[in-house]
Amino acid sequence: MTSSPHAPQSVAYVRTEDAPILPPPANTTGLYGWARRNFLDSMTDFSDVGSSVRSVLMILLTAFLLWFGISQIWGLIKFVFIDGIWSNPTGARREACLTQAQGGLLPNDQTVGACWPYVAANAKLFIYGRYPMAELWRPNLVFLLLALGLVWTLWSRMPYRKIGAALMLVVFPMVAFVLLTGADLSAPKAFWYVWPLATAILLGLGWAGGKGMGGEAVKAFSGAFWGLGLFFAYILVFALAATMNWGLNSVTTRDWGGLLVTLVVALTGITASLPLGILLALGRRSTLPAVKILSVAFIEFWRGVPLITVLFMSSVMLPLFLPPGTSFNDLLRALIGVTLFASAYMAEVVRGGLQAIPKGQTEGAQSLGLSFWETTRLIVLPQALTLVIPGIVNTFIGLFKDTTLVSIIGMFDLLGQVSSTFADSSWATPVTRPTGYLVVAAIFFVFCFLMSRYSMSMEKKLRRGHAR
Amino acid sequence: MTVSAEEIDVDRSQMKVSDDVAIQITDMNKWYGQFHVLRDINLTVNRGERIVIAGPSGSGKSTMIRCINRLEEHQSGSIVVNGVELTGDLKRIDEIRREVGMCFQHFNLFPHLTILENCTLAPIWVRKMPKREAEERAMHFLSRVKIPDQAHKYPGQLSGGQQQRVAIARSLCMNPQIMLFDEPTSALDPEMIKEVLDTMVDLAEEGMTMLCVTHEMGFARKVANRVIFMDRGQIVEQNEPEEFFNNPQNERTKLFLSQIMGH
Repeated sequence: MTSSPHAPQSVAYVRTEDAPILPPPANTTGLYGWARRNFLDSMTDFSDVGSSVRSVLMILLTAFLLWFGISQIWGLIKFVFIDGIWSNPTGARREACLTQAQGGLLPNDQTVGACWPYVAANAKLFIYGRYPMAELWRPNLVFLLLALGLVWTLWSRMPYRKIGAALMLVVFPMVAFVLLTGADLSAPKAFWYVWPLATAILLGLGWAGGKGMGGEAVKAFSGAFWGLGLFFAYILVFALAATMNWGLNSVTTRDWGGLLVTLVVALTGITASLPLGILLALGRRSTLPAVKILSVAFIEFWRGVPLITVLFMSSVMLPLFLPPGTSFNDLLRALIGVTLFASAYMAEVVRGGLQAIPKGQTEGAQSLGLSFWETTRLIVLPQALTLVIPGIVNTFIGLFKDTTLVSIIGMFDLLGQVSSTFADSSWATPVTRPTGYLVVAAIFFVFCFLMSRYSMSMEKKLRRGHAR
Repeated sequence: MTVSAEEIDVDRSQMKVSDDVAIQITDMNKWYGQFHVLRDINLTVNRGERIVIAGPSGSGKSTMIRCINRLEEHQSGSIVVNGVELTGDLKRIDEIRREVGMCFQHFNLFPHLTILENCTLAPIWVRKMPKREAEERAMHFLSRVKIPDQAHKYPGQLSGGQQQRVAIARSLCMNPQIMLFDEPTSALDPEMIKEVLDTMVDLAEEGMTMLCVTHEMGFARKVANRVIFMDRGQIVEQNEPEEFFNNPQNERTKLFLSQIMGH
């Protein structure tokens, strides 16, 4: 305690009146205060040699950063908007973006920026690949349903969000599958005997265990039987939908391309890798040695191999192990590869969250009689996942961008599809590549930035309760 | 930090010890790896007993009561709670945990749930109680621990004493027959200890069977019918509070009491 000059300089001291409550000094608040704290203080101190040197350096650095940032942004604006070729009245192709000296239509003294006629002419290719023109309503409908579903489930003000989430996770994949492929698959006859039987047995065991019938093993694993049975039932319904005749022309996945492929691979990977990653993370912490070893082996294997290798192996090596004559869809192989790869990363992110939950939380739940799965689902996971939202979204964003790698196994994602047009001589100009890459970068940036912002808003919302 | 016995008003009229056995621990031993933490524990707790377990830190007090609802596993001997023996059988463990409430030193409330949700979670999921009924029940017990107005806040917004009272209410919502307290006031500021002890006294006055690990000797004197002293993993001495405090027999008990009562 420091004594003020008015206070008596002795051990005994009694305050007789409250010290006045004052506003903060004017130069510490508002815009001026902010500027002073953040730059002016570090640039205007010339009281001694060291401070002067530091101030001069700060001024130079600030000036450089301002100049650099502004000139870069200006360059981009100039290339895209001011110098960009926006009109193409004659419907010309490469000539629209070339000067007369280069064999085009533009005056020789014009600086040529982004070639938008090239983008407009190829827009459908960028979005749908070689999907048949007459059937474009199908991917369009899928995009529309996806957008509506995402708004419904992700926007916190929407009603019945749980129903929306359930529809998006259960029904939407089937609808999208049927619409995009046309669903004219056929399954071997044996499947229709074996699969329903397996489903019925699993669900029966789950039900019996829940009712307390059957042996100890049935009781102990009734939850697992239920889970597996429901999964089998879902596959069965999916198979029914996929083999039914919906009157749609079938579209082979070889004709899919562009943003469509990018979104299919990314969204499947994102939705499947999170639950898989959670299961793997729980498995890695399990006390059952078999579960633990399997989880560790799975995670370490997939983390230890580059994604390109995974994709190569799935397209080149997997057919060697399959019985001759069986074919396995390229896209499906890439989907599985990307999903398993991402789930290994996800598992480690989630495990980080699980480790951060104090043991007392589990003990508190257990002391109330909650079972292991109830404790995990209601107490541990909600807290652990909230903690690692940045890591989860990090993995999502990485996965989204890694989808560009599928182009090396002959599939045309957005980047691959745009790159493919660079070989088209009818659009060969010096600005074609920069324009194409700029479009790809812009689209990827928009998706990744949205994911990043959404995760931040969610963190903020969920942190509310924990705040002290 | 002890609250003196004079500060606690206790009505002992409802505190009746019955002949029913609630907990029977026989020849129980426990090891952590090579370390023998609990040695030859024999303890019978009848319904309605209020037992305070005291002893120096590391003496195995907490470990012993954590064995009673199987937060810790014992390696030999037997523990029978409400007539059910604790073995590796998960169903039986859950059955016992439903009937045995527990309060922890650090409360262990669920920070992502509101106070009300903390209290209704177990009745809804474990007892399969309808949500409305569970909420009414939770509000009843929150009123009893005198914080119904905090029901929609999160644990992080409450003081330590309030959090511990919520933890007690959360346990009571499961309608337990036995309550275990593991140093419930050790993490609290002195001014909050009393509000938690008052709640525990209320509980004792209603005839709850209680086992408390605590350093609150005032509480032990006024509320307990038996004080157990543990040292180095063994029960060294037990007696009625008056005898225990005024006439300790074992040297280690005497030393412990002289240290704890010294100031």
